[in-house]
Amino acid sequence: MSLAMPPVCSATVANRKEIAAGLRSIVPDGVIEIADELKPYESDGLTAYRQPPLVVVLPETTEQVSRVLAWCHREGIKVVPRGAGTSLSGGALPLADGVLLGLARMNRVLDIDYVDRVAVVRPGVTNLAVTGAVEGEGFYYAPDPSSQIACTIGGNVAENSGGVHCLKYGLTTNNVLGVEMVLADGEIIRLGGRDLEAAGLDLLGLVVGSEGLLGVVTEVTVRILPTPETARAILLGFPTTRAAGDCVAQIIGEGIIPAGMEMMDKPATHAAEAFVKAGYPLDVEALLIVEVDGPPVECDILLETIAGIAAAHGATTSRISQNEEERLRFWAGRKAAFPAVGRLAPDYYCMDGTIPRKRLSEVLERMAELSRQYGLGVANVFHAGDGNLHPLILYDANQPGQLEKAEAFGADILRMCVEVGGVLTGEHGVGVEKRDLMPTMFNEVDLAHQQRIKCAFDPELKLNPGKVFPQLHRCAELGRMHVHKGQVPFPDLPRF
Amino acid sequence: MLSPETTVRPADEDELRHLVAEAAASGVPLEPRGGGSKQDIGKPDRSAAIVDLSAFAGVIDYEPSELVLTVRPATRLGDVEALLDGHQQMLAFEPWDHGPLFGRQAGTATIGGIVAAAVAGPRRVSAGGVRDHLLGFSAISGRGETFKAGGKVVKNVTGYDLPKVISGSWGQLAIMTELTLKVVPKPRDTRTIAVTGLDPDKAVAAMARAMGSRMAPSAAAHLPETGGTGPVTLLRLEGFPQSVDVRAGQLVELLDDGNSVEQLDHALAGSLWAGVREARELAGSDVLWRVHLAPSRAPAFARALDAEGASWCLDWAGAQVWVGAAAPLDVRALASEHEGHAMLLRAPPAILEQRPIRQPEAPAVAALSARVKQAFDPAGILSPSRFG
Repeated sequence: MSLAMPPVCSATVANRKEIAAGLRSIVPDGVIEIADELKPYESDGLTAYRQPPLVVVLPETTEQVSRVLAWCHREGIKVVPRGAGTSLSGGALPLADGVLLGLARMNRVLDIDYVDRVAVVRPGVTNLAVTGAVEGEGFYYAPDPSSQIACTIGGNVAENSGGVHCLKYGLTTNNVLGVEMVLADGEIIRLGGRDLEAAGLDLLGLVVGSEGLLGVVTEVTVRILPTPETARAILLGFPTTRAAGDCVAQIIGEGIIPAGMEMMDKPATHAAEAFVKAGYPLDVEALLIVEVDGPPVECDILLETIAGIAAAHGATTSRISQNEEERLRFWAGRKAAFPAVGRLAPDYYCMDGTIPRKRLSEVLERMAELSRQYGLGVANVFHAGDGNLHPLILYDANQPGQLEKAEAFGADILRMCVEVGGVLTGEHGVGVEKRDLMPTMFNEVDLAHQQRIKCAFDPELKLNPGKVFPQLHRCAELGRMHVHKGQVPFPDLPRF
Repeated sequence: MLSPETTVRPADEDELRHLVAEAAASGVPLEPRGGGSKQDIGKPDRSAAIVDLSAFAGVIDYEPSELVLTVRPATRLGDVEALLDGHQQMLAFEPWDHGPLFGRQAGTATIGGIVAAAVAGPRRVSAGGVRDHLLGFSAISGRGETFKAGGKVVKNVTGYDLPKVISGSWGQLAIMTELTLKVVPKPRDTRTIAVTGLDPDKAVAAMARAMGSRMAPSAAAHLPETGGTGPVTLLRLEGFPQSVDVRAGQLVELLDDGNSVEQLDHALAGSLWAGVREARELAGSDVLWRVHLAPSRAPAFARALDAEGASWCLDWAGAQVWVGAAAPLDVRALASEHEGHAMLLRAPPAILEQRPIRQPEAPAVAALSARVKQAFDPAGILSPSRFG
């Protein structure tokens, strides 16, 4: 792998046995140190990068997590937290000299309260299991990342995960009310709770999406919502992506925030249709699935309005789901889009930029040009409502140089997202994948302001180092003020 | 030179940056001020120089179909609302002007002040607060450096979510120079259902039942007394007219447990909601507190307040309690007993001097907050003693 990670501490690596023994004294039945057994932990959802961890520890209680972190802190050992290992940005990529702290065994639902409309769960509970715990009472947990059957709430908190419904219902951060977490030195704290606003600084908001760099979450209080009465979808096909994009803009302009609004380009549509036979039209340049939810009367009216808007923008296909089976069939292709595209080439690389929606056509045109330059195919699926684009770059890792080419192509796409006013990542996180692209979006001063947050939580920089920041500066260095008493910069400028 | 109790009005970002740098060097605290509608909140700091941000006003970019608005902080809330209204859009968290609560003229509240104080109204319970809608910002930190964070698109997880911690930071971390907010379509119709005669336990239960139902109310509040007519519980429905019609019918049925349930006319409903939003019923109280707690704890808290002779009303389905009390009552201690936290919003100067304005945090959290504050403002010059 070409990725530069923090220098490996060879003394720590040499001490593997002692470290495993130390951890075993805290978690007797939850330490893995044999090479073969470490292998399943060597990568997460970003499989291009692999690194077996020094040792894996799987605590079962907050107290164990606290003691493990305190012990590692005292010994100066790096720690990488991990949920289910489904991160698409390498957030849980282990370190050769780091302890991998797996939270999967902390998987109990602790409390459900329908007056406060919250579920309190341990971090290893899967996303879908939260809904499973409350659906009998007509509730669900809204954020629905595509890996929801496997991914954990703890990982969702770390990555601020999204999903197809987040335009209407928000990302993880909008649905988490409180956490119990353990800081790098083992201190246990609570942020937020069952109320809605912070008593002081909103540190909870910083923790969600911090990619395991600020602490280890050991309990999460999430908001649960009543399940919508009905959900229906409309399948629309357009002769150009521009027409599809304009249709999306007008739907929102009419005051409609759909529960989901997904676009696929021609290659993605063809791949999905070949894979699952969803009944998609093959003669369109852009396919749009729009889902609305709520009372049946509302769904009826909104679908009629959306169909009208689509017709005005020249939709050549327009089908409203007539029953639940048909709605699910519309989605089947979209939900299988990644594996479907995966059949077109030995490997694919999934990107995750966000752009202002109005720039979509231009971005797709430039991407097609890049595709020709690099000689690699690309298919696009797009959370059209919020501008989150997932280009899938096709390559063959067995062909020398193709992985590097795919990565360079991906980096060009993300730079383009930033250039048109968007961002590097909409929902997958920075991790190691986009780490070195951070300077395209943030200058040094911006990054220093972010990294000082890291220093406030973890001054020794031992939690998940090598992720998010292209370069971790020592905290003492960042703390310096470049203003000294009596010596203001730019002395020639006016003063007040 | 900077000196206490003077007002300085930087004309542009460069001037503001140098002003902050000078303050950091000289140790003179700064109190950033937009329209001044909330200047009476907190402890008066006579050592601070006021930074008048009025030069930082105006809309930078507004793309209705992208649901994104970028403005300068001193833009008046009224101007922002009028602009959005022209496109049938709004700020979902229902911000409001604190001026009148402090006997000040209405209309001076700015969007920067709204974000800095995390001001939200009744729709907070369903649509989220300022923290859920601030997408990005540019600011000058206490280090005298310009930095930016977040983005200008509605979905972004790149880097730490600094917009969250800036929301509600009361200008204590940085002075914003530009902010980007997510906007949403304005509901085409609105309807209020009122249930009369419920005690706090039944009112919170009714609000929970409504909020947990498919009728999806956008707001839920409870007023124990409204002009001598007894308690009234309010549920607000919003959306497309046909949907509101159907849901209103269903909600009346759901709440009709032998209670008196009615749909209110728009004018009455509008004034009741404005009253809830701005704590108007309690505006005459000696001391005004704002308490946040779990809705399930609200009934017992309300009964405790009754026993002490304090007046109160519930918003956010019980998660926010406005409390009007006589000066000696320690509402914070009562709130703590019910696992809530209380902010002292308005009180005579002698009381403000005596008590912390915000609820003290657990020691480890307070220490962490102090380190975060120090990361942005190592010299401690941005409103350091406002909440002391």
